[in-house]
Amino acid sequence: MSEKKISDQTNPENRKSIPLDWSYAEALENTSHATFNKSYGLFINGSFTNYDENQSFESINPANGEAIYRCTEASESDVDSAVKAARAAFEGEWGNYSGTQRSHYLYRIARMLQERAREFAVLESMDGGKPIRESRDVDIPLAAAYFFYYAGWADKLAFAFPGKHPKPLGVCAQIIPWNFPLLMLAWKIAPALACGNTVVLKPAETTSLTALKFCELLKDIGLPNGVVNIITGAGSTGEYLVQHPDIDKIAFTGSTGVGKSIQRSIAKRQISATFELGGKGAYILFDDAALNEAVEGIVNAIFFNQGHVCCAGSRLLVQEGVADRVIDLLKKRMQHLIIGDPLDKNTDIGAVNSRTQLDTIQRYVDTGIKEGASCYECSGTLPNKGFYFPPTLLTGVSQSSTVVQEEIFGPVLTIQTFRTTEEAIEKANNTPYGLANGIWTDKGSKIFHVGTKLKSGVVWSNTYNKFDPTSPFGGYKESGKGREGGISGLHAYVKLENSGGM
Amino acid sequence: MDKQTNHTASQSNTMNSIPKTYKNYINGEFPRTESGRYYSVKDPSDKHIANVGLSTRKDIRNAVQVARKAHGAWTDKTAYNRGQIIYRIAEILSGRREQFIHEMVLLGYTKQAAEQEVNACVELIVYFAGWTDKTTQVFGSINPVASNHFNFSRQESIGVVGIICPETPSLLGMLGLLLPNMVAGNSQVLIASHQYPLPSCTFAEVLATSDVPAGIVNIITGIKTDLIPSISQHMDVDLLVGDESLDTNFRNMCELESASNMKRVYFWKSFISLDELNSTPDKTIANCLNSLKDPYHILYVQEVKTTWHPVSE
Amino acid sequence: MINRIPIDAVGIQERVTRICTRSIKRESKLQALDLALRMMDLTTLEGSDSDGKVRQLCNKALLPYTELPNIPSVAAVCVYPNRVALAKNILKNSSISVASVATAFPSGMSSLQIKLDDVEYAVSEGADEIDMVISRGAFLSGEYTKVYDEIAQIKQACGSAHLKVILETGELGSLENIRMASDLAMKAGADFIKTSTGKISPAASMPVVLVMLQAIRDNYNSTGVKVGMKPAGGIRSSKQAIQYLVMVKETLGIDWLNPSLFRFGASSLANDVLMQWVKEKTGRYQSLNYFSND
Repeated sequence: MSEKKISDQTNPENRKSIPLDWSYAEALENTSHATFNKSYGLFINGSFTNYDENQSFESINPANGEAIYRCTEASESDVDSAVKAARAAFEGEWGNYSGTQRSHYLYRIARMLQERAREFAVLESMDGGKPIRESRDVDIPLAAAYFFYYAGWADKLAFAFPGKHPKPLGVCAQIIPWNFPLLMLAWKIAPALACGNTVVLKPAETTSLTALKFCELLKDIGLPNGVVNIITGAGSTGEYLVQHPDIDKIAFTGSTGVGKSIQRSIAKRQISATFELGGKGAYILFDDAALNEAVEGIVNAIFFNQGHVCCAGSRLLVQEGVADRVIDLLKKRMQHLIIGDPLDKNTDIGAVNSRTQLDTIQRYVDTGIKEGASCYECSGTLPNKGFYFPPTLLTGVSQSSTVVQEEIFGPVLTIQTFRTTEEAIEKANNTPYGLANGIWTDKGSKIFHVGTKLKSGVVWSNTYNKFDPTSPFGGYKESGKGREGGISGLHAYVKLENSGGM
Repeated sequence: MDKQTNHTASQSNTMNSIPKTYKNYINGEFPRTESGRYYSVKDPSDKHIANVGLSTRKDIRNAVQVARKAHGAWTDKTAYNRGQIIYRIAEILSGRREQFIHEMVLLGYTKQAAEQEVNACVELIVYFAGWTDKTTQVFGSINPVASNHFNFSRQESIGVVGIICPETPSLLGMLGLLLPNMVAGNSQVLIASHQYPLPSCTFAEVLATSDVPAGIVNIITGIKTDLIPSISQHMDVDLLVGDESLDTNFRNMCELESASNMKRVYFWKSFISLDELNSTPDKTIANCLNSLKDPYHILYVQEVKTTWHPVSE
Repeated sequence: MINRIPIDAVGIQERVTRICTRSIKRESKLQALDLALRMMDLTTLEGSDSDGKVRQLCNKALLPYTELPNIPSVAAVCVYPNRVALAKNILKNSSISVASVATAFPSGMSSLQIKLDDVEYAVSEGADEIDMVISRGAFLSGEYTKVYDEIAQIKQACGSAHLKVILETGELGSLENIRMASDLAMKAGADFIKTSTGKISPAASMPVVLVMLQAIRDNYNSTGVKVGMKPAGGIRSSKQAIQYLVMVKETLGIDWLNPSLFRFGASSLANDVLMQWVKEKTGRYQSLNYFSND
């Protein structure tokens, strides 16, 4: 009977078709329902302006490096038209709407996004390079959720500000980045409209598509003209918008460098401004943590969206006693990350957003190695077209290393060790940034102690990179000013008048 | 004013009353300015009252340094404890009421205006003492996120604050900017009123004899032109707070320089002119007190921190 | 003896959710279905099990689907001790093993001697594999040494038969306990660790199995010994089975995608796998009417 022993079944003679390397076949998302134009004008006062080839730029699909559509570079006079339309809407129909009326429009937007979610997810992945798994499961559902959440605030604002009368600010100039195009649009537009403002929004020049498609949706729901205006373009368009004398508010998400220059440029205008800027989040992993979950947390912290996340946990601080084990587990886990076509449902790591960003990441990794870091990269071949960067670990770095100090905005994790809680806190806070940090420990009291000491607007304990419309998000120090999400997010879009109730 | 207090702080030439040297207040001590320079504070008839320190950027540097170092000791205290410490300021200020009134009168206040301002100061301190353990309850939130996480947001201190005090009301104006910051858990460097600095300097004596830990409140005298650039450019200052009526050039400078490290900048109204104070003290001080009693000022000088944690068996 | 390792259930669930987003299509799906079938322990563990019932099950194991004679047979049939001899007899010319539950299955509520006798009887009847249950009561009251000693002695009684240790995870109360029981069973000599008897709800679930797979991986990293895994109960669809295979691959690696190290304990799963198989080959969705209901 020994020939029937379990162990014998591994013998190829007995079991002929055991796959030696079971890999996942290509599972491409269907793109047939996601259509878009070859070219786009600007969305001003409820309709698209005429597209002019001479005033346009192309947008590249980073997955293959090919141009997929062209859009209009908004000029100073275009920006002026957009602001005028927003002003007229604010002083006209929209400004007279009740909170209830505004809420109904926002609910409709949320619902329409849910209905067309898969289409938007496909477009987001095609335009920006993020894996469909993320655009489908995170970006688009969350964008809808933000609209749904703030829709509900529109007619309840009095309850958000005890003792005050909230009033809208007026015309909001909003500039958003390329890492979460539609989600950032939602973070900006939903609270602004809920509070009764009107909007001129500029998406990033590499990712305009979902914002432009969003305009279709606004037309479908019949949002009054001029309430939302979308102008495409690069830095100069953004500058025209920021410099426009008739805006009442600036909301900017992007790099700390640009944020500072906007702050300087508006210094004399006493204009309300909120900023979501860069970050260099620490991921503090104590030796008593649930290590398997912590390793999965690291994957979420730094490899989510190719590491193009301002709140990414890009600095792993791991307690010495478990450092080797954690790095070993992490390397094993990384072997199962699939890098490739963003539209493949099994892709974990998609394309880097642009050639420029790819070069930046490469430059940082080179600098890290030059400064003495050891580099571990995910094995496996990258697609031969498009912009891809493998998940990377940099060990042997110190607090003074460039790669520890500066935001890389790519799938690159630096790893440092620490011995005591105080050392971890000190290292985590030793940066001009203060957006988010992570704490991993099984000890509740330690979470509250460390969490209180960390100088950041978000503390993820035993989790990382979680977002929710009810949850305020934003930075300390050079990571920004103001919060988005939750009640705090409303503060950015109202002026508070005394109600005399104090 | 009774005789005894008249003697205590009087500038008269009687032998049992000697004039005071007004110095900076840094780290719970009263150091001279780094420069060793001073300026003369005068009464409305241009008569010399006192010499006051003419501080420079080095004094700002020293004050910011100690404020940073002291910050943890203040922000880590329990809210209850901070409330009691702030309340204690009111007790001591109240006990030295006559001294403040006397100095204000020297500076040109009517006695009635001075009395009402000091009363208002005591009221404002007591008011804010009560906020330390309530702001989180009013402005904090538990956020019902759509996942298996417990999520809450609460306010925390920002860190080191540069406070640019209005010229008048000489004490109430300063407290209106200072108290929300103290409640918030910040540590501060105050640039005192230039023309009317005596109550600010004497307030330092109140602080020195109260339970406020050294370094939490630092008071610097001098010329705004010297001090505002220095504090607004300082890379270790997290927040600038000032009075709305501050000269536009200074305000713009604060906004511009804040970009260097993305300082937060907040201005709110705490100014009343001396003329208004003296002509209609009842109304102006009541209005000012009412507008300063705004807990949103505490909110503006804090950061919101959101914490997530999974919920599971 | 065994450390308690912290586990965060939400984190485990997130990993599972992510695993379930893997989209297994075409040839990789066919490979997975083939593998699932070959990893299956066809099981009947009813008080009403008769010779007839066992005979039908064994025939199904030998020839899962008459239309496709080349389809692989399952790994084993799993029966009560007094049905071992019959099963053994029917399957004697095949590569299919006979597994027997033992040790006062399913509750384990008897003396150690009776459990040992139970095992020896099953082995003497010809069982290739023994599926024992641990004493959950003892485990939950902290008598870890007792649980360990029982497993170690039963392992001895198994002789050359392979030992699968059923933790009955549905009664252990927490993922931490499941991890601890897994570590304990492996340390005591288990060849496989198995989730459930099938008599308690919840039976196998992906979070539970993930925790057990992690225990197996850590055990392998520290000892070099490859212990097998058997989820049992609750796995009814091919889709679920494939998700388990993805989880095994991404936790333990390709080595464990093998009937010698991974088994599905299931009864209704076989037909669903067959239906999917035929669907992949023909492009038509199938009906259970065309698949034998053994």
